[in-house]
Amino acid sequence: MDWRRFGFIFIIIVILFGVVVMVGITKSSPIITITSMLATTIAVATPLTLGALSGVFCERAGVINIGIEGMMLTAAFFGWLGAIYTFHVLGFEKWPSILTGLVTAILAGAMMGLLHAVLSITYKVDQIIGGTVINILAVGLTGFLNRQLFFGKGSAFGGTIPNSPGNLLNIHVPLTEIFTPICGGSANCMDIVDAINSVLDQRPIAITAIVLVFVSHYVLFNTRWGLRTRAVGEHPKAADTVGINVVRMRYANVLIGGALAGLAGAYFTIESVPSFEPLLTNGRGFISLAAVIFGNWSPIGAWVASLLFGASQALNIKMQLFRDVIPPEWAFLQNSYVVGLIPYILTMIILTGIIGRTTPPAAVGVPYEK
Amino acid sequence: MKAETQADSVTKGFARSALDAMLIPSLSILTAVILGGIIIVMVRGNPFVAYFGLVQGSFGSASALSETAVWATPYIFAGLAVALAFKGGLFNIGAEGQLALGATTAALIGYALPIWLGIDLPMIVHLPLVIIMGAAAGAFWAAIVGYLKAYTGGHEVINTIMMNYIALNSISFLLNGPMKDPNPNNVIARTPLIAESAHITPIFEGLRVHWGFVLALLAAYLVWWMLNKTTLGFEIRTVGSNPDAAKYAGINVKRIIILTMALSGMLAGLAGTFEVTGLNYRHELGFSIGYGFDAIAIALLGKSHPLGVVLASILFAAMRNGATRMQFLTQMPVDLISMLQALILLLVAADAIVRFIYRIKSQGERVVLTRGWGG
Amino acid sequence: MKNNMANEVVLQATAITKKFPGVLANDHVDFDLRRGEIHALLGENGAGKSTLMNILYGLYHPEEGEVLVEGKHMQLNSSRDAIKHGIGMVHQHFMLIPVFTVTENIMLGAETDHRAAPNEQPLVKLDRKEVAQKVRDLSHQYGLDVDPEAMVGDLPVGVQQRVEIVKALYRNAKILILDEPTAVLTPQEAEDLSVIMRELTNKGVSIIFITHKLKEVLAIADRITVMRAGRVVGSTTPKESNEQKLASMMVGREVILTVQKKPAQPGEEILKVTDLRVRDVRDLESVRGVSLSVRAGEVLGVAGVQGNGQTELAEALTGLRHIESGHFSIAGVDLTGKPPRPITETGLAHIPEDRQRHGLVLSYSVADNMVLCDYYQDRFSKGVVIQQNQVDANSRKLIKDYDVRTPSPFTAAGKLSGGNQQKVIVARELSRPVKLVIASQPTRGLDVGSIEYIHKEIITMRDRGVAVLLVSAELDEILSLSDRIVVMYRGQIVETVDRKDATREHLGLLMAGVHEPA
Repeated sequence: MDWRRFGFIFIIIVILFGVVVMVGITKSSPIITITSMLATTIAVATPLTLGALSGVFCERAGVINIGIEGMMLTAAFFGWLGAIYTFHVLGFEKWPSILTGLVTAILAGAMMGLLHAVLSITYKVDQIIGGTVINILAVGLTGFLNRQLFFGKGSAFGGTIPNSPGNLLNIHVPLTEIFTPICGGSANCMDIVDAINSVLDQRPIAITAIVLVFVSHYVLFNTRWGLRTRAVGEHPKAADTVGINVVRMRYANVLIGGALAGLAGAYFTIESVPSFEPLLTNGRGFISLAAVIFGNWSPIGAWVASLLFGASQALNIKMQLFRDVIPPEWAFLQNSYVVGLIPYILTMIILTGIIGRTTPPAAVGVPYEK
Repeated sequence: MKAETQADSVTKGFARSALDAMLIPSLSILTAVILGGIIIVMVRGNPFVAYFGLVQGSFGSASALSETAVWATPYIFAGLAVALAFKGGLFNIGAEGQLALGATTAALIGYALPIWLGIDLPMIVHLPLVIIMGAAAGAFWAAIVGYLKAYTGGHEVINTIMMNYIALNSISFLLNGPMKDPNPNNVIARTPLIAESAHITPIFEGLRVHWGFVLALLAAYLVWWMLNKTTLGFEIRTVGSNPDAAKYAGINVKRIIILTMALSGMLAGLAGTFEVTGLNYRHELGFSIGYGFDAIAIALLGKSHPLGVVLASILFAAMRNGATRMQFLTQMPVDLISMLQALILLLVAADAIVRFIYRIKSQGERVVLTRGWGG
Repeated sequence: MKNNMANEVVLQATAITKKFPGVLANDHVDFDLRRGEIHALLGENGAGKSTLMNILYGLYHPEEGEVLVEGKHMQLNSSRDAIKHGIGMVHQHFMLIPVFTVTENIMLGAETDHRAAPNEQPLVKLDRKEVAQKVRDLSHQYGLDVDPEAMVGDLPVGVQQRVEIVKALYRNAKILILDEPTAVLTPQEAEDLSVIMRELTNKGVSIIFITHKLKEVLAIADRITVMRAGRVVGSTTPKESNEQKLASMMVGREVILTVQKKPAQPGEEILKVTDLRVRDVRDLESVRGVSLSVRAGEVLGVAGVQGNGQTELAEALTGLRHIESGHFSIAGVDLTGKPPRPITETGLAHIPEDRQRHGLVLSYSVADNMVLCDYYQDRFSKGVVIQQNQVDANSRKLIKDYDVRTPSPFTAAGKLSGGNQQKVIVARELSRPVKLVIASQPTRGLDVGSIEYIHKEIITMRDRGVAVLLVSAELDEILSLSDRIVVMYRGQIVETVDRKDATREHLGLLMAGVHEPA
């Protein structure tokens, strides 16, 4: 990631945070506003981060994945269904049901990844069309099953939506316990610890996503797997001539990508809110794709770009909280339709390349022919 | 190389090539119908009753036929929009936003213009103005993406998606605010009714099918004629097939990209316009959701040929229209149709699967849109 | 030079047959290679050389025949098997990843083999330092100078080729297949390569050398096998043969190696280029102040190794590339900065370097391709409506006049052979009333028959009083067609030579950037 892009991201994030601090100044101190905004940013950036990682793995291996949105949506639905089914029908305890839901979501994502791999690698369907098929299929499948199972006469759950077993809860990071002796009673020190604590006060998938960013970065750039993955995405013929099985590498990476999108889907129905509604992913899969491009196809770059989008979404959320203290001349800030445009407009600005062009893997989008 | 036999097959081939072109889509539909039947059985329904309901509901009576045509009208326009862009090598995923914007603009001109001017406009002035403005709104929205593609290389796939969200958010804002129907009883995000001078009349008394359907068929013919018989069509197809060769041939590639997107957006805008002027007489939030994806499916099913688009639109319209009857007879949710359509699309896109099932040899031609992301 | 101890056959292919749809690419081909020799495989494009090599390297599977390596039957299922048996290949288009370093390219697919631990554990950490050291050792041992840390995309092609050779040696290759290795090299680099090849054979490596260049074969090879139309037509040695004999073996008939032409009758100046500067795709200045002029009725040849600005020069003069500064005019009309169409309308015919990328729309019919540049002219269009019958009539005439072998005017251009595709372009461009022809690499990759035809057409144009700018990397083509020759090196014209004063050696030195006053 070059300095121009890094600077751009930094400036936009400062502006977004600045607006929130200014608006909320009468209600809470800047430090508290900033830390809670940071925490919200990280939380809402989670599906974007995971979706972007999905894109990075697929595209580094040479397969465009425009179906992240559909993979997320399918996973969100099946994760939720899995949790409910095990909880109500199989009579599992709360946590085993939730975990089953999580696993189901990841598997559902991987299955959609498999479908994308079959279409784009085996059948050599145009990869953008293949991804579009995934998206349309996801809407149809989840819409149909949602209606069939939960609504109307004769549906499997008798026309009512059963209670979900719940969602994943925040992980307690024992920073206070660790730092209390170290700080030795200094109030300033403890303030800092508290601030960090409130930023890290996240749920498991959010934390996992950040860990996965760094793991993915290491795997892609420092291991045999990564070298081969990048090779089949840059010059599959060259990889083939040194004995690398291009088709197998691409399949494996698209499956990994599907599973990551599945985890992103789990965020919506297992971690964030324990319910499902049609089309709930609302374009986040596509924004993930923009993050992949803006992040120059590197996991860390894509993560930073996801945080940018997350911050603009966090602004929207915070503005709803500060609704009553927004000055009348800034009234548009409380209109979520207006503020909600920021990530989409940012994406388009980024794609114009005026903030620095990025270079996609050379063979992305091209089916491999021997 | 036997020159005679090859040339023969070319001259006698038109009817056969049309049949060949329809073979894979037809088999895809057949396969999807069978798979759909299996799904219906799995959820304990009767596929025969369900499909009977579907056909009866879409073709079983004059009013059923009329409703099918009503559904088909926006499908044809939006499907043509996507198909035209495909011919120009562009993937317009933004028909949804262009359509919604066209509808909103048509509604605005339809209800507000007489108020602004303070006079009642004659239909001969008002209706064409509404149609032109609706078309222009769609064209403008798409042309922005075309401009970005031509001058910055920003990929049209992501940009049209982003423009969808921008359009839908903006329209939500408008329909909940400045353009909201001021009737005190209204709680829905919708515009007021348009003036009667902006209505397109039904073709038959008592049926809802309106002249927009005829105009849609006419548009399909015009798109075919433009693409295949005119210099502009030659330029669009050349840019779509090989932009480098187009530049070499002296074609202004940037201009053609913008123009192709604008024409595509115009058709999508018309889809929305006729929904307002011919059917609903207002624009309501949420009514247009899903048209964009349906349009892509229709363009792919119709192999981007205007006649194919018309046939695919009628099929999709029939399914949407018959679904209510099907639900009435079998309790199958209407959403089954979305599943069926997704299956059809899947099979059309991956025609190798269909070829494999029915043992048909490949023609060796493949749709190629992806030219990387252009960073 | 041949070592008497080295008559042992290390590789033997017997009765190899390989079919592609509609083509018999290899028809019972026999081939053998002895230890420490350079065995040249000679043939035209499409003769089946590359197919045979891809079979030996495990990329294709033959329908019939067998391959023995050191006397043992070998089942070659993938290149991995070939590598295991000590076969290495340097492809004509390098199999290197430009955004990887030299080390990464070399270790790819054999990431941990240097530890004698060829396991497949995917998450093994890459040990770049250790591999880089091995690369340095190899480059010392064989005199192949490469920097292991350099990014491959930044290296000149000659060095990239050395990376490819080191890559094969890293995998303990004892048999090396070099596919058209000199196509991208300067005459001097080619000279260096032959020294390296000899060095390798002295150390026990056996080399298969694939080429269509007769002079190189005679200079480098120990043995020569000639292929034509999928068959081996004969074997010989440099001592027993000469250029004329090899050429007729290759083509199957007597070949006129020189083009018959009358002395040029130059007229007024048609193309005038003044101090032109152009940037390439990577935004580097690749044409740096070029001035030249071409007169009616003469052929000006632009010689130079690929990548010295000739491509960008031709693209700038045809309106395909932005001009930074300088001017050019055709027949007195200043066309600097104009798009292609006004330039074409002034009287330019352009035979582009990449015929499939620029010259044709492969999915279009031959007829449509033949009006690609003037579909909008009154001849073919009434207003906005294209007159398809005029388009078809035009193509029927051109197909006849230019001897295009196509099943019908409605056949897709992509279905024609390379030679006939080029004839479609030549017919379209030269049938217009033109004042200037810019022909870039007009015969690259074509068979001898098509080459002769296109050379004849270019000379015909010249004799009709048209100015011709010929850009070619083939020195032979430049020498046989040009009346005057300019040599480009690093974006500049290093010298202008009259044909009668030009020698192959002098031009070769100029192409390598060695400029000494004659």
